Amino acid sequence: MSFSRGSRKIFDNLNMDIERGKVTAIMGPSGTGKTTLLKLIGGQLKPDTGSILVDGENVHQLGKRALYDLRQRTMGMLFQSGALLTDLSVYDNVAFPLREHTKLTESGIRHLVLLKLNAVGLRGARSLMPNELSGGMARRVALARAIALDPAMIMYDEPFTGQDPISMGVLVKLIRDLNHALDLTSVVVSHDVAETASISDYIYLIAEGRVVEQGTPDALGKSHSGWVDQFMNGLADGPVPFQYPAPPLVDELMQVGP
Amino acid sequence: MIQNSLQALGHSTLNAFSRTGRATLFLLGVLPSLWAALVRLPLLIKQLYNVGVQTLSIILVAGVFVGMVLALQSYIVLVDFGAEESISLMVSLSILRELGPVFTGLLFAGRAGSALTAEIGLMKSTEQLSGMEMMAVDPMKYVMAPRFMAGLISVPLLTIIFMAIAILGGYYVSTEMLGQDGGVFWSQMHAKVDFYEDVMNGIIKSLVFGFVIVWIAVFEGYDCVPTSEGLGQATTRTVVHSSLAVLGLDFILTAIMFAS
Amino acid sequence: MSTRTIEILVGLFIAGAVAAMFMLSLKVSNLSSYTSDEGYKVTASFDNIGGLKVRSPVNAGGVKVGQVSNISYDDKRYEAVVTLDIDSKYKFPKDTAASIMTAGLLGEQYVGLDPGGDEEYLANGDHITLTQPALVLEQVIGQFLYSKAQEKDK
Repeated sequence: MSFSRGSRKIFDNLNMDIERGKVTAIMGPSGTGKTTLLKLIGGQLKPDTGSILVDGENVHQLGKRALYDLRQRTMGMLFQSGALLTDLSVYDNVAFPLREHTKLTESGIRHLVLLKLNAVGLRGARSLMPNELSGGMARRVALARAIALDPAMIMYDEPFTGQDPISMGVLVKLIRDLNHALDLTSVVVSHDVAETASISDYIYLIAEGRVVEQGTPDALGKSHSGWVDQFMNGLADGPVPFQYPAPPLVDELMQVGP
Repeated sequence: MIQNSLQALGHSTLNAFSRTGRATLFLLGVLPSLWAALVRLPLLIKQLYNVGVQTLSIILVAGVFVGMVLALQSYIVLVDFGAEESISLMVSLSILRELGPVFTGLLFAGRAGSALTAEIGLMKSTEQLSGMEMMAVDPMKYVMAPRFMAGLISVPLLTIIFMAIAILGGYYVSTEMLGQDGGVFWSQMHAKVDFYEDVMNGIIKSLVFGFVIVWIAVFEGYDCVPTSEGLGQATTRTVVHSSLAVLGLDFILTAIMFAS
Repeated sequence: MSTRTIEILVGLFIAGAVAAMFMLSLKVSNLSSYTSDEGYKVTASFDNIGGLKVRSPVNAGGVKVGQVSNISYDDKRYEAVVTLDIDSKYKFPKDTAASIMTAGLLGEQYVGLDPGGDEEYLANGDHITLTQPALVLEQVIGQFLYSKAQEKDK
């Protein structure tokens, strides 16, 4: 599909296949529109050309009710900031989708909430308010909320950004374990190469609106492309140059004036 | 120089049009969801508290003082004509027809309107609205509609309370400070103040004001640029635009209602 | 704040507004005199009603006994027809006269009832035949100027 924002083309004939049951990573430099891609998949943005199919259904041809139904069944999303509702406690945040979409009694909800919170290791924190949580804890609560309705797919928007090593390790473990335990399809958007590559089954590298390279983590590690090598290994200079375009240094020093 | 200014003028005019268009589309999106606010009573009650009860204190204080000042000023003017007995009429008609709805509108816009914009704008910038959508909960029904409905209900109620307390303030000043007869105060008012012409017209004004203020407040929050600067601009816009709208509509409504 | 406290405060808020509404309608304005549905309607025709409006008061001896509920024009007899709602506790004889008067010099206009001596009383739907139209200021001034001019001629 293709998608432009104003006159800027963000995605140009992008073609991707995300396999059920696997952890698929979407990586690329900052600003390539990775979050935009998740919003396109979730139906919050509409592509200019092409289509996005989730569970066989064309997301953007659905009416509002059908779209909401699809989201409820198939999509859980973990936002970069957690996006917890600030006026509800941890418990109420996780219970929110259950209260809105199911007719469970309060005791049934309580069981589910405790189980979900237990899966992310925060069962004891259930009475805290979101502003009392650290960033990492907030993300874990958001994850518990995302799996509350047992969706088929979870999308992670930059889950590792800005986390300390321990929180990072916790999140990595959770994403991998939940994927296996709940038979989920996970889509991880990130530019933290090492962590993401360690849990992914398949990786798409996106730059300048198209897929630059795709493959398993091993295959990408052995890639011949200079750019992929620079990206995956975090090299300072390569196809993406270190110096912003400018005339040669000697010329500039020899000149009088700016 | 001139070209730049003209360009800027054209740009802001087009911006204004596009903003008005977005605001109208937003309204058309919220209105069908308003029934949802009545169904989810706990949300509505919470918003009635946020928007109505918390504005009550400033309304009470302002009302008392406006009523008292009006009584003093009316007395000063009327005493020269020997018409001090009409003081209750001056106070009540001014309050019921104009000052009640307008003051309440302006105070509400400043206190509750800006709070609504800030709250919704913050929810937008922390991706809570997006998050709700992805959880298949319609933010229109869960966030916007209860606040909209709470505003529609609160503003007329606050106006009525303002009117009553202002008149009581006027009564206090007239009788305790200016030595007017309490009985004459009420009977003069009772004879000349018309329920439909004065009280109901004032309430109708407050309904219109409430609608416009809460529409602007909720829209600006929903539409704001999700940065701290954008949020500040949005709350300022809410207060300024609502206040101007209240004053402008007041003129139009007064012309329609009291022209005869 | 607990939900219970919030609910109580919202309830108090609404109750306060209702109380204020009562005060406004009964003490401040003249609603109580409206709600007495026990009234009877009579009509009266005038050549000119001047500035009389719907809801203008109907007074007898200076006391308000009712109000104007409808004003229309009869284009067969070329006169204005005014409907008066009179409070049922006041009875007026059938030959009562109705005039349109002005309160003060330039005040609002009202219908003044001058009771006659008939033994039968006005009932719902009756018509007052003795009427006096409003004094239109321009006509009075015109008459005054005309009479002044006549005086000069003599």
